[in-house]
Amino acid sequence: MKEYQTITEISGPLVYAEVDEAIGYDEIVEIETAQGETLRGQVLESSEGVVAIQVFEGTSGIDQNASVRFLGETMKMPVTEDLLGRVLDGSGRPIDDGPEIVPEERQDIVGAAINPYSREYPEEFIETGVSAIDGMNTLVRGQKLPIFSSSGQPHSELAMQIARQASVPEEEEGGDDEEGSEFAVIFGAMGITQEEANEFMEDFERTGALERSVVFMNLADDPAVERTVTPRMVLTTAEYLAFEKDYHVLVILTDMTNYCEALREIGAAREEVPGRRGYPGYMYTDLAQLYERAGRIEGREGSVTQIPILTMPGDDDTHPIPDLTGYITEGQIYVDPDLNSQGLEPPVNVLPSLSRLMDDGIGEGLTRADHGGVSDQMYAAYAEGEDLRDLVNIVGREALSERDNKYLDFADAFETEFVDQGFDTNRDLEETLEIGWDLLSMLPKEELNRVDEEFIEKYYREDDSEREVVEAAD
Amino acid sequence: MSKAESTESTETGVIQSVSGPVVSARDLDARMNDVVYVGDEGLMGEVIEIEGNVTTIQVYEETSGVGPGEPVENTGEPLSVDLGPGMLDAIYDGVQRPLDVLEGKMGSPYLDRGVDAPGIDLEKEWEFEPEVAAGDEVGRGDVVGIVEETVTIDHKVMVPPDALEEGETAEVVSVESGAFDVTETVVELSNGAEVSMHQEWPVREPRPSANKKTPRTPLVSGQRILDGLFPIAKGGTAAIPGPFGSGKTVTQHQLAKYADADIIVYVGCGERGNEMTEVIEDFPELEDPANGNPLMARTSLIANTSNMPVAARESCIYTGITIAEYYRDMGYDVALMADSTSRWAEAMREISSRLEEMPGEEGYPAYLAARLAQFYERAGYFENVNGTEGSVSAIGAVSPPGGDFSEPVTQNTLRIVKTFWALDADLAERRHFPSINWNESYSLYKTQLDPWFQENVEEDWPEKRQWAVDVLDEETELQEIVQLVGKDALPDDQQLTLEVARYLREAYLQQNAFHPVDTYCPPEKTYLMLTTIETFNDEAFDALEAGVPVEEIIDIESVPRINRIGVQEDYEEYVEELKADITEELRSLY
Repeated sequence: MKEYQTITEISGPLVYAEVDEAIGYDEIVEIETAQGETLRGQVLESSEGVVAIQVFEGTSGIDQNASVRFLGETMKMPVTEDLLGRVLDGSGRPIDDGPEIVPEERQDIVGAAINPYSREYPEEFIETGVSAIDGMNTLVRGQKLPIFSSSGQPHSELAMQIARQASVPEEEEGGDDEEGSEFAVIFGAMGITQEEANEFMEDFERTGALERSVVFMNLADDPAVERTVTPRMVLTTAEYLAFEKDYHVLVILTDMTNYCEALREIGAAREEVPGRRGYPGYMYTDLAQLYERAGRIEGREGSVTQIPILTMPGDDDTHPIPDLTGYITEGQIYVDPDLNSQGLEPPVNVLPSLSRLMDDGIGEGLTRADHGGVSDQMYAAYAEGEDLRDLVNIVGREALSERDNKYLDFADAFETEFVDQGFDTNRDLEETLEIGWDLLSMLPKEELNRVDEEFIEKYYREDDSEREVVEAAD
Repeated sequence: MSKAESTESTETGVIQSVSGPVVSARDLDARMNDVVYVGDEGLMGEVIEIEGNVTTIQVYEETSGVGPGEPVENTGEPLSVDLGPGMLDAIYDGVQRPLDVLEGKMGSPYLDRGVDAPGIDLEKEWEFEPEVAAGDEVGRGDVVGIVEETVTIDHKVMVPPDALEEGETAEVVSVESGAFDVTETVVELSNGAEVSMHQEWPVREPRPSANKKTPRTPLVSGQRILDGLFPIAKGGTAAIPGPFGSGKTVTQHQLAKYADADIIVYVGCGERGNEMTEVIEDFPELEDPANGNPLMARTSLIANTSNMPVAARESCIYTGITIAEYYRDMGYDVALMADSTSRWAEAMREISSRLEEMPGEEGYPAYLAARLAQFYERAGYFENVNGTEGSVSAIGAVSPPGGDFSEPVTQNTLRIVKTFWALDADLAERRHFPSINWNESYSLYKTQLDPWFQENVEEDWPEKRQWAVDVLDEETELQEIVQLVGKDALPDDQQLTLEVARYLREAYLQQNAFHPVDTYCPPEKTYLMLTTIETFNDEAFDALEAGVPVEEIIDIESVPRINRIGVQEDYEEYVEELKADITEELRSLY
């Protein structure tokens, strides 16, 4: 391996060096500074005689005398089942004082695209124990469902709750499913603060969730460029565990906004023509290369499900980051600042939220036959109640009809009883749907036009006493 | 892409630099748009710029690990597709590599690099039935024989356009009959041309046609709001713009399933992998409403998902339209769905920015409008060179950032297409599906299609449609007042109009794509549904005039049954009875 001391230009996170051999695009580079520090980077552009290198740890400390080594391979992630329970930094090196990781394989972190022909359509329900998700925006295995949030919102708490509680019903029954088809959580933090990281770690340790998790930590003060690698490390590990070790892997990526900022930083340093708001024109493709790594593959047991979290700048979902994300992912969960200030836990606004794969993952044989109807009906009723709230502000409640008042009550109860369950409560689907019926029973039977007659017959609470029984049983 | 006739590399060059999908090479003797094989792995690429000794190439595969010094081989041929039997019931990537074959060849569910496969199976034998005999005179595009490609479609084997000059004819020298593979000669012509079942055609060049005509037949989609209010013609163009979650893909899928075209070419351009999987899993099981055969028997799928190489996304639209034109030449009506053209435009933007071209609006290349226009111009109702008539209808989804229709792709598309189906996030959020906004959408084909509807459905089709549009317009105005003063403050007749409009919106305009019956609504049913609502309207206003209070009119028992028409299989009887009940009930009030 040749060493070069030929750095010609250092600019932001980029280093240009002269070379006299062919260097492959995307190849890994080690740079040793005069102080003896070793930094890692990746080839961004390779021309005859000169290469552009993006340095993960940042370029501070590099001078023109630093030596550059090309490792002759693209970035790899050492993978093994033993990664479960481990905490790694943003580049995949252990930071938990545990034993050395002996990899079973080293896989390229730029995953190849899954052949659409080899995919299997996701239709198995994941129970998150969160009513607003399970009941109204059901998550299925192999889906990518982001949380759209904004600064200061408890999206991390929601993510932790999902990570803690998520299970596949099959697993609980412990029945015919093959052994090894277990649940694993891979947590990829990009640019989160030390404090947030501590909270995550404490929660992981407290609940014992760490055992079935792999944690990748790139903190706010870690190099920004490293953030572009972290999610790829995470997803490579996820694919390995899912498709080679049969795990059902839930990947939580937080915060995608920091990831996109890092992309923009590199783009700017390379003097690329920027797209909207200075983000690179290829951001859609880049994000798709991450999000599309969720899924199921025909003939393989495991699955990769993604919950990326992003904080929308200014709570604006037309900002390029949430916008491009929404075009790629299969729905989105909105965390709402208003609901949060009302004290709802989790403050999920179901109206703009959506799970595109829900219809195929629920119903008879999958969840419960009335699930779709209950969900649609509650959605419609809540939307109507929400509309009426605007009117109440103008004309007052007294001016509204009895029917309208019922919808207003429904909307209130929907928030306080259905959505607001607390971050520590784990509700199974049965309970979620029963609460749903309690609420729907506040409305006259004739108004329930989205649920089949037979279910109204079966579940509608004819009088209040029945309703209390259910509540008492909680 | 074609390796059917193995092309010798004419020239070799050396890679000079690599930056993502853009590679430049020196010493390569190439023409613009030639296909080249890049690097030791032989990644497929296309020449997009030539400057002095340096050739710039866009590569259709990942370029990780490729470095300067590696060779580049020129095939000397432009990017072409293989045309012939076997394209239906197939699924391709953006450069027409069959994904099922790739899976087998790569032995992995992931798309590997440097693997190629012909677009059609070169070894499969098809039963060729000749349509000509020795001694017959044939010209360009003339049908020489027929192959049963699928249960639904007879594939017509034609004289390739490049076998003869325009207007030239030749005598058939010999004709074969029986089982042949696509490379074997089945017909020989007196000028020495050998016709096989296989043709190649460069994707960026429209296939020749004799004449473009004004389309006068609707592409019946079975979607009420489309057929009823904003119809598209066979050979027409349409755009479906909408923010995420507004139902672009569902609308495209509905069209692919139920449009009364002979052939569907569905291009998934830079969209979700799972969506394509859904199509692959669903379509073989769904029935073609025209004949009960599997839907896949008339469908060709092109799937270049968002994470597949960006250069192949740029080419997938061309691959799709070339396949569509080929079936058009046989005299078929082809409908092409492109989901989404915004991703295609973004692919152009990405390549353009890597070439450091001067950007136009929002970073898109200055030739964006021209490329969009060229694409949509390849649609139309044609008189083919062989005298038959065929059409290509192009329906493009557009994904405007932030749902803002003023962005360049939407605006440049609207300048070309004649049908505009505007998807609306508010409607989607209210779960009003299909969430096509009836105030913003338009169709410029309405008048030229009216005669067809008058002849095939009902004489007063245009009047009924106008009535519905008027009511909906009035409602929009009234709603503005309602927002301010509340519904009860309106006079009785306006309250009644709102009620009629509500049925139009909820029963007529909404349609449940997931209901087995409601998902497809024939034009007759669309018409009857509208007349039922009109019956209610007329009778209700009569009652109002006779002094019946509006509350009582609105509250009659029978009228909510309008909402159930959509799900009725035997709708004629149901509608008849309902109309009678509404009339009777309302008349009994005075």
